[in-house]
Amino acid sequence: MTSGRAFRFAVNVTPKPGILDPQGRAVEGSLGHLGIDGVSGVRVGRRVELTVDAPTEGEARAVVDSLASELLSNPLIEAYAVELLGAGSATTSRAKVRA
Amino acid sequence: MTARIGVVVFPGSNRDADAMNAVRVAGGEPVVLWHESADLAGVDAIILPGGFAYGDYIRAGVIARFSPVMRAVAGFAGEGGLVLGICNGFQVLAEAGLVPGALLRNRGLRFVCRQVSIAPERLDSPFTAGVGERRPLRMPVAHGEGCYFADEQTLDALEADGQVLFRYVHADGTLAADADDPANPNGSRRGIAGVTNAAGNVAGLMPHPETAVEAILGSDDGLLLIRSLVDSAAARATSGRSLVAAGR
Repeated sequence: MTSGRAFRFAVNVTPKPGILDPQGRAVEGSLGHLGIDGVSGVRVGRRVELTVDAPTEGEARAVVDSLASELLSNPLIEAYAVELLGAGSATTSRAKVRA
Repeated sequence: MTARIGVVVFPGSNRDADAMNAVRVAGGEPVVLWHESADLAGVDAIILPGGFAYGDYIRAGVIARFSPVMRAVAGFAGEGGLVLGICNGFQVLAEAGLVPGALLRNRGLRFVCRQVSIAPERLDSPFTAGVGERRPLRMPVAHGEGCYFADEQTLDALEADGQVLFRYVHADGTLAADADDPANPNGSRRGIAGVTNAAGNVAGLMPHPETAVEAILGSDDGLLLIRSLVDSAAARATSGRSLVAAGR
């Protein structure tokens, strides 16, 4: 059983500037078929949401940073940004945090 | 002596049997290395085969990187052991930082499955020592994320240090360095099809030498690479053992 609190995060991973993003280019190329113009700079990334049990937000963020840089993103080609979605008590309110 | 070549099997590997067959055809003895075990069974060299290890989730190769066997492979490589990553195996090596660079989604977005031509940049590596004069080498590619990427500074350094092992070429042997060249199947920077680490004992390439080892398969050019690995591993094992014997 974990004491402390539960923190819900989102990690947004995007291709670094200058890295070719063929998915983004394909999305952009398809916009004409929808009759949409004036949209540019489409970059396709990935969003991962997760809950971390930790005593403080700072410690929870450190865990997220470590797994975001090691696993969720490849620092050679991708950047990531961490976003706090909510916090609750670790043992009882995970469902609430998740909501 | 017969070199014992470990072939790592991850959940999602699908070219492991081809790699084992290639090792046999090249005169070596294949040894299965299961991803959950850190025991390398005393093998003389290791192949990371193609496939979709751990479903290619997150990014191709990254989850495999953290498996018990890969920690052992990293140790083996650190001690100078020969490691060859093919296709998904190359992606695993790149994610693990055992070879430089990264493999991006193919420039054309499509999964590419066809014969390509490659040429070795050097013949003094343990992976190409037996390649001889035959050019270009014909073998298949089959991947969705094979676009080799490193920044310009790194690419310059790799070229200066002789770490570029293979490049895509046309049938007549001319280089396909441009990312849009039709002979460059995935848009790889400077036409790079394979690289080594700085020490030269770890190599990765996107094409599949292990499925081009018998004429009936359409090409046996890949056998030259697999045999180079098997023979280099045997030579190293023999000299290692004689050093141990001499030390007694």
